[in-house]
Formats: sequence, structure tokens, C-alpha cells
Amino acid sequence: MPTPSPNYAEPPVFVIRPDSARSLGILGDLWAFRDLLWSLADRDLRLRYRQTVLGVAWVVLQPLLGALIFTFVFGVVAGLPSEGVPYFRFTFASLAGWGLFAGIVTRASASLVQSSGLIAKVWFPRAVLPASTVPAALLDAALALAVLLAMTVATGGTVGLGALAAPLWLLALAALALGLGLIGAALMVSYRDVQHILPVAMQLLLYASPVAYGASNIPDVYQRAYHLNPLVALLEGLRHALLGTPAPAAGDVAWALGATAGALVAGTLVFRRLERRFADVI
Amino acid sequence: MSSSVAVEARGLGKRYALTRRPRATTLPERLGQLVRAPFGAGGADETLWALRDVDFSIPAGSAVGIIGRNGAGKSTLLKILSRITPPTTGEVRLRGRVGALLEVGTGFHPELTGRENIFLNGAILGMRRREIAQRFDAIVAFAEVERFLDTPVKRYSSGMYVRLAFAVAAHLEPEILVVDEVLAVGDAEFQRKCLGKMGEVAGGGRTVIFVSHSMPAVSALTRRVLLLDRGGCLFDGDTAAGIAKYRALQGGPGRTGAYEAPESVVRRGANHVRAARVLTSDPAGVHRCGEPLRLEFELDIPEPTGTLCFSCKLADAEDRNIVHLWCFDQAARFRREAGRYVLRFEVPRARMFQGEYTVRAFLSDRRTNAMFDELHGICPFEVTMDGVPRDDYPWTSGDCAYLEGAEWVLERAGDARPQRGLVSP
Repeated sequence: MPTPSPNYAEPPVFVIRPDSARSLGILGDLWAFRDLLWSLADRDLRLRYRQTVLGVAWVVLQPLLGALIFTFVFGVVAGLPSEGVPYFRFTFASLAGWGLFAGIVTRASASLVQSSGLIAKVWFPRAVLPASTVPAALLDAALALAVLLAMTVATGGTVGLGALAAPLWLLALAALALGLGLIGAALMVSYRDVQHILPVAMQLLLYASPVAYGASNIPDVYQRAYHLNPLVALLEGLRHALLGTPAPAAGDVAWALGATAGALVAGTLVFRRLERRFADVI
Repeated sequence: MSSSVAVEARGLGKRYALTRRPRATTLPERLGQLVRAPFGAGGADETLWALRDVDFSIPAGSAVGIIGRNGAGKSTLLKILSRITPPTTGEVRLRGRVGALLEVGTGFHPELTGRENIFLNGAILGMRRREIAQRFDAIVAFAEVERFLDTPVKRYSSGMYVRLAFAVAAHLEPEILVVDEVLAVGDAEFQRKCLGKMGEVAGGGRTVIFVSHSMPAVSALTRRVLLLDRGGCLFDGDTAAGIAKYRALQGGPGRTGAYEAPESVVRRGANHVRAARVLTSDPAGVHRCGEPLRLEFELDIPEPTGTLCFSCKLADAEDRNIVHLWCFDQAARFRREAGRYVLRFEVPRARMFQGEYTVRAFLSDRRTNAMFDELHGICPFEVTMDGVPRDDYPWTSGDCAYLEGAEWVLERAGDARPQRGLVSP
């Protein structure tokens, strides 16, 4: 006698093993849990300016104030050259890119430890936590760019078609930052040392990158070593797109993009490797 | 794995390292170790098996309780089932989506409003935004927070907070629902609601795995329990039997809280109650409602009187007398002959409602109104409803003070014979 076929789809069988095969890559996980990723990003955005007087205005005020300080310290006092662009705009553009990078690395690295309660009590792909820091940082950077473009137009400057490339440079910066952030986050679960090292490392990196000055100001003998830092080509590229300063060399851009891809792959591998122990260690 | 099985565990084990090998305290040290022995090769010095060699299989659509003392491995098992932590050995096969509620309100953010938290918490528990939107009204109705939807949850009362958190998880609608001790929070009304909801889930063909220390809740919701002890599965079967085994683990002999007369009373040499004890159905002073109960009193009667009376009462936690027993018989031998007596009351079906009880005893002379001995609050014991499962409505405190057995008869005009059944116990 034929058995009646069920009128609903058989639910899939999931197997939990000590070394469970990671059926989906991090990208698959993030896609499956995109609603969670968005909810967490949304939460961060909502909370950031709740109970503040100026509210969302801070998104614009923060980089403006940062650029003002840089302009005074490095432009006025130290007199660093700015490749023929008004120093304020020069550093404002760099800071938008740098802020994106540093914001993601710092917040992504801290994301797991900050949500230790969640990790111990609920399962979801852990990579969602570091990845959820990206949208808010991108939004901040995009707003900063809008302000910069408005400033340029207001002061009688022109915005070329090259500006269309700016989002691509920002995406590359975000990807590089996420790769490093994944490593930082995974390591910080076991080693809180990371949270002490990170601010120092970021400060060092800030001065080792063309934020307050142009890459062309580095003496020729150091140029090769200097360009090992992938941020150099990415920030120069961003500024080229926005302000028309000299473009980075194609070879340096290729190196930077390669390093970005490498950081993403390394971040994914390290994260995958350590992910399953998070709940036990955190 | 048969298609009717929802969860199947084979040889499941979880080992935790208690002390690590030369512990890497800094990153450079750890990096050095990683080079030599990547990712934890080389065992830790001292390990603890939180779970070891656990096998079980749970059919789809059933509700199973997991019970055990603290540290038995219950939480570890739930963490493995919900994928939070991987097992060290063995495997689990799960048919369908697992929804785990290991803690009420995980992921709630105090600054966000009720509405925002519903979406955030739903997403954390694995729901798609669309699903949450569909169930939004049901969640709000269950939690009874309509008026406070746009208030930050930090301003919620703890009751509202817990209701909202449970409501989100309860509307997850996974094929397998894993719930840890969530009923420890909230008032009786809320607990009744939660149990009802979980019963509904199990009734709807989905599987519920429920960890609790509350035996009334476990017996109300499940017909089968796994009793874990020291990481192993000690018992797998009928809920009432499992709970009895659990009680046996918990405490020693079945006559805790026996009364012994103080030395001063004994030395005085007057009529007195020398000792008293309650023999409950289960060990550790636990009595299952509806089971035989025995009360024993040792009476020292050096001076018998013709109207000597003994009586006792069982008082509940609010000091109300629920049961009254006495021996005022003309022919009772202790009215005429001196000696040490043991007076035993055998109650064939003691049906006090769940709760804590104590004994009161009175030894007096009816004619002179002399009170030889008067005892209050002795022989504490507990009554549980573990043996009295009731579908649909779990037992809640305040349901009644005493249960009566009865037969119910259901008639309808035109039916040849009435329908009959028994009201347990």
C-alpha cells in the first residue's frame, strides 16, 4: 500500500559534529542572516544619536571638527604641504576615508566581546557582528563626502566625473578594514590584549598613511617601503577622485587591492577557525 | 534517521579544560604556541566532561523534559543542540529549524523601544524581517504591551520585559523549540501562559525540549524526561518515574524533618509526643498527590486518662488547616494502660494540593481540658502534582487546597449511553 505523501516539505536534516563541515562560507552566512545584519546596524545607528541634543548633526560635525584640528596642527602650525589643494578640504577628504577604515577596524574588533551575552546564549553566524559595523561607517563616510562636495561647489570649485570613483575607493577601504576587523575580533575573544594594542596600532597607522600629508612628500628612498601600506594607494586614490590630486601608480593600486583581498581571505579563515570556540572562551 | 525523528543524539560528549597547559597569557606567547601546535593540539592538564556518551532520540511532535541537579549537564546539552557550542564527541541530527530560548531577553537593548526590540530580537533569534512583521500583532498581544510599544524597554516593569522577551521567542515557530529555565521568572499567570504556549507548540506537531527545575511544570508539559547526572543520561522515560528518580538523587532518606521531643519534655515524665514523622511517597520529604501517606506519632503515656485525645492537622504554607485526623476512640488502649505507643495514621490517597505542608499535633484530656502536648510546624514536607498530569491547563498555585477524586458523566439527550471518565487522582 503506498504511503500518503506528506503535504508539506520535509524539513532538512542538520548534523552537529565536533568538526562540523562549514557548509556555507562567511558570505553565505551573512546573506542568510542579512536581516540580522541590518537590524544590528540599524540599532547602532539609532542608538548613536539617541539622547543627544544635536542628534544626527554629529555625523557631519565630527569630521568637520576633526578636519579643523588637523588643519590647525598640521596645516598651520607644522605647515605640511597639501598638493595644491586647500588644506582643510585636503585633510577632510583623507579623514573621511581614514575614519571609515579606523571606525570599522576598531568597532568590528570589539564587536564580539561587546556582545558576549549574545554569543553565550544565542546561535547565529558570528561574522554578522563584525560585519554589522560596516553599514553605519559607510553611511558616515558617504555623508562626509556629500559635505565635501557641497563645500567644493560652494567655494566655486568644480566636481569632475572622477568623483564617481570615490565610492569604489571607500568600498575598498571598508573591505580592507573588515578583513582586519575579523581577525581582531576573533583574537580579542581569547586575548583582550588586542583592545590595548589596537588604539596604539591605529595611531601609528594614521601617521604612516597619507592623511595629514600627501604621499609625494615621502622621500624617494622610502617610497617603496611606504607603499607597502595598502592604505597609501587607497587614500591617494580617494583624494584623486575627490580633489584631483595626483593619482596613485597602477602598480601600487594593484598591490593595495591585492592586500585588501588578502586581508579579507585571511580574516575569513582566522574567524572560521576560531568561531566555534567563541561561546566557550568568551 | 527516520523521518518521524526530530532529534537524534549519538555518543554526545563535551569536554571542558579546567586548567590549560602552560597558559598563554599574552599574544606573542600564544602565537609561539600556535606555530608549534596549531589550534589546541596537545591536551589540557585537567578536563571535565560536562556531558559524556549521551544517546537519545526524540520523535517529532513530542515534548521532552530535561531534568537533573545543578551541574548535571543540562545547559551544556542545550548549548550543543542550539549550535552555540560544538560537542567534543558524537553527533546530533536535527530535522528542521531549531529555535532556542536559553535566557529570556538576550539581545534586548534597554534604549530601544518595545517595537524596535521586537524586530531586533526576532532577527537575533533567526527570524526574517517579514516573518516578524507577520507575527508582530500576535507577539504584542501575547506580551500585553500595546500601550508601551514606543517606550524604551528600560522603562518597562520587569514583568513587561519578561513577557515581551518570551513572546518574541514563542512566536519563532521553529520545528524544534529548545527552552531553558525561563519559567523561573515571571508571575504565576505568566508561567501559566508560557506553559500553555509551549503545550500549543508541541500540540501543533513541533518538538519541544524543555529544561526546568520546576517539577510541576515538567510534569504538566511532558510525558517523557531525560534525567541527566554528572554528564550522563541516568534515565530516559516516563515523566513521573523520572521525577521520582530525580527526587531520589536530590536527597537522602524519605523521612526528613522528623520530630523528636526535646530532652526537657522527656525528662519531665508527663504524657507527651515523643516523636513524629511523615512517610511520604517519595524520598526527601516529597509526596505525590494521590499516593498513600503515613503519619507516625510515638506517644509516651505514663499517666493514662479515660478521655485522652490525640489529634493532628496538616497545615499548608499559609497556615491553613487542610487535613484533620484524630483518635478519640473510647476503646483506645492508651486511655487505660501506660506505655510507649506508636500511633499511625494511614491515609490511602492523600490529595492535598501542591505546596509545602507542616504537621500540628495535640495531646489533650477532653474532660479536664488539660493540654499535655501541643506541636506546631513539625515534620515539613512537600506535595507535588507530578503524578497528576493534567492536559491543557497546568497546575498553578491557588487552584485549590485539596483535590477530590470523582467520576464524570457526560450525557446528551438521544445518546444511548452517557460518556464516563475519572477525575484523577
